[in-house]
Amino acid sequence: MLAFILRRLIIAIPTIVLISIFVFTLQKLLPGDPVLAMAGEERDPEVLAYLREKYRLNDPIPVQYFTWIGNALQGDLGISLRTNQPVLELIGQKLPVTIQLATMAMIFALVIGIPAGILSAVKKGTVVDYAANILALSGLSIPNFWLGIMLILLVSVKWKLLPASGYVPLDEDPVRSITVMIMPAFVLGTALAATLMRHTRSAMLSVLSSDYVRTARAKGLVERRVILKHAFRNALTPIVTLTALLFGELIAGAVLTEQIFTIPGFGKLVVDAVFNRDYAVVQGIVLVTAVGFIFMNLLADVAYVLLNPRLRKQ
Amino acid sequence: MKLTKLTVLAALLGATAMAAQADDLRIALQSDADVLDPDQSRTFVGRIVYTALCDKLVDITPDLEIIPQLATEWSFSDDGKQLTMKLRDDAVFHDGTPFDAEAVAANIDRSQNLEESRRKSELSSITGVEVLGSHKIRFDLADADATLMAQFADRAGMMVSPTAANEAGADFGLNPVCSGPYMFQERVAQDRIVLEKFDDYFDADKYHFDTVTYLPIPDTTVRLANLQSGDIDMLERLAATDLAQAEGDDGITVDSAVSLGYQGITINVANGEKGDNPWGNDPRLRQALSYAIDREAINQVVFNGAFAAGNQPFPPNSPWYSADHPVPTRDIDRAKELLAEAGFADGIDLEVQVPNTNIPLQLMQVVQSMAAEAGINISIVSKEFATLLADQSAGDYQASQIGWSGRVDPDGNIHQFMTSDGGINDSKFSNAEVDELLNIARRSNDKNVRKESYDAARAILNEKMPIIYLYHQTWIWALDSAITGFTPYPDGMIRLEGMKREDG
Repeated sequence: MLAFILRRLIIAIPTIVLISIFVFTLQKLLPGDPVLAMAGEERDPEVLAYLREKYRLNDPIPVQYFTWIGNALQGDLGISLRTNQPVLELIGQKLPVTIQLATMAMIFALVIGIPAGILSAVKKGTVVDYAANILALSGLSIPNFWLGIMLILLVSVKWKLLPASGYVPLDEDPVRSITVMIMPAFVLGTALAATLMRHTRSAMLSVLSSDYVRTARAKGLVERRVILKHAFRNALTPIVTLTALLFGELIAGAVLTEQIFTIPGFGKLVVDAVFNRDYAVVQGIVLVTAVGFIFMNLLADVAYVLLNPRLRKQ
Repeated sequence: MKLTKLTVLAALLGATAMAAQADDLRIALQSDADVLDPDQSRTFVGRIVYTALCDKLVDITPDLEIIPQLATEWSFSDDGKQLTMKLRDDAVFHDGTPFDAEAVAANIDRSQNLEESRRKSELSSITGVEVLGSHKIRFDLADADATLMAQFADRAGMMVSPTAANEAGADFGLNPVCSGPYMFQERVAQDRIVLEKFDDYFDADKYHFDTVTYLPIPDTTVRLANLQSGDIDMLERLAATDLAQAEGDDGITVDSAVSLGYQGITINVANGEKGDNPWGNDPRLRQALSYAIDREAINQVVFNGAFAAGNQPFPPNSPWYSADHPVPTRDIDRAKELLAEAGFADGIDLEVQVPNTNIPLQLMQVVQSMAAEAGINISIVSKEFATLLADQSAGDYQASQIGWSGRVDPDGNIHQFMTSDGGINDSKFSNAEVDELLNIARRSNDKNVRKESYDAARAILNEKMPIIYLYHQTWIWALDSAITGFTPYPDGMIRLEGMKREDG
């Protein structure tokens, strides 16, 4: 198992290097000058020239890349051009926020998506199945920003049940931290729940029609046990893969959700950084996200092995 | 069962909300401030935070008169080349450093010499600073500078603790130490900036909140929703389109003031090769476009009538507005005539770059359809703002829809745009007479001389028209009805003096 994980980690290194080069050059291709974007209405040419020099924006791009990656390897991701805060500190502030949002959204997605998928597979062709499908379709097709604004207007403004937007750290006030995150997590979770529901349904359908399920039923096992213990466990492998892949979608979706609900997370940080051409911040975030994504995939691989004993021998 | 759960949840939320905001004033801003160092900062919202955090040498009244803040009296020498100031002797910085003439001298030095300082051009007229006593100081100027007092009423006049500034250098903004009524407590980027009351402030009894929290909430709908749900106490820049909704809500009061800034269309007159085209070369075309536009209709259609139509860098209610050139009424025939005179009776194309956000796009679409009736075919190129700015600065544009946030002194709205070597003259408009008139206005402390110079410059600029001014934004604030004592200022700042929360 350890060798397996190690092998996976070694494969990950070139991926990360490639991503870092890709993001770095892509950013430099963007039109717009970071120093000018930052200057806003005050464009004193002397100060602009000084800042270009200070942030080494005049160096050739390969030199800039190696300076950055060299510092990054020593744990220094540079400082934000806009606020002067160290990028690492910014990421440290934002990462827990997005992790909380993503985790809560994932919980919503799993709690809604998986039971709905199982139910609709078991009750295939019935009203329950159709209802679940319609729900899934709505979940996929309703845009996040619309659902978000509607929820704010209804739940916060009209009913005054939940705070409209914002963020409270978990360690400051856990109850408020979670309540303020309910709506955004729900909004972010709905689309994922729909995807999960569809995949659970099809995985369950293919498993339910296999021989060993018939055998289990023939043995006289209770239906509940057949479905949850025999069928669902085997349907889980594709679902786990999907969940790991959905993590990427979750981070992407968080960008929009965080904008609507003004949550100071990764997504908001990266969007603002792109608009302000705050290169160091964008690079830092992409690097950390890429590493996170690779880590999630590694977890998924480990989970397969745990779920499927046959893989352990290979 | 479900209902009970909801009720409990609501009660819990209510309780926590009440406990948390005992004396905290929560203000939603349209965007996040940049670095919190008055010498380095650039954003409008940053200035809103400074209003509570950093006192200035002088302040303004809502009518833009200069009034004392850290300076109590001041006078210019007869030739205008010396400014002597008396300072308060009861002010201290948040770290306990006393505020005195030495501190002012250190601040001027920092604004002029810190490499990262954005205040250099604002204070460029100061050639020397002489400490005359513990609370008396004299500034020696290269030339008379009518704008200096207005600069002292903004970031260039904000006093930071010399002790803290020396220790932190360019990193001062991470933990700013000033002498305002509130001191810095914490900042979480894009989430909040929290200030707490400074008990040793000389006018502390006029400030009624224990803490002030500034929350950046970019979406206007969400900002208003937060106010309606009681999560914030106040917001700045309510969208004109949301005005009716806010006014219809009993729990909300709305205040407004016409801003000092403007929005318009800048034409590339001589900025590189792209300026060398009929639009850059023939003022008659620019006049024709101006005649084709119905500015009041724009205000009604795009801004629900909440803003002010305009045709000069100063709004019509400003004392600097030239009454000889009122906002023109739309005149399609005149526009067509001018086009024909310029040799384009059959129409002409114009490419205008626009920031890719809602309001500028809507605005330009309205202008586009108005201009089409006169035979001007506008194509709109929408660009993300950083790109637009870079292209404009490099001269890679024909016309650009852009504005200016405005300055207290009229000089700030016109000199750097319309003088030949002005720092933000992206049009590269150049006219020796205008240069001279604007320089006279800059150097005279006589209001009449200044007004005459601006009027004379306006007469020329109205004919040459390198910028076609369209409208002036109105600052609209929305407040929870329980918050009283707020005074709207045309600079868009939120001054907390006298503001309080009424009980019940």
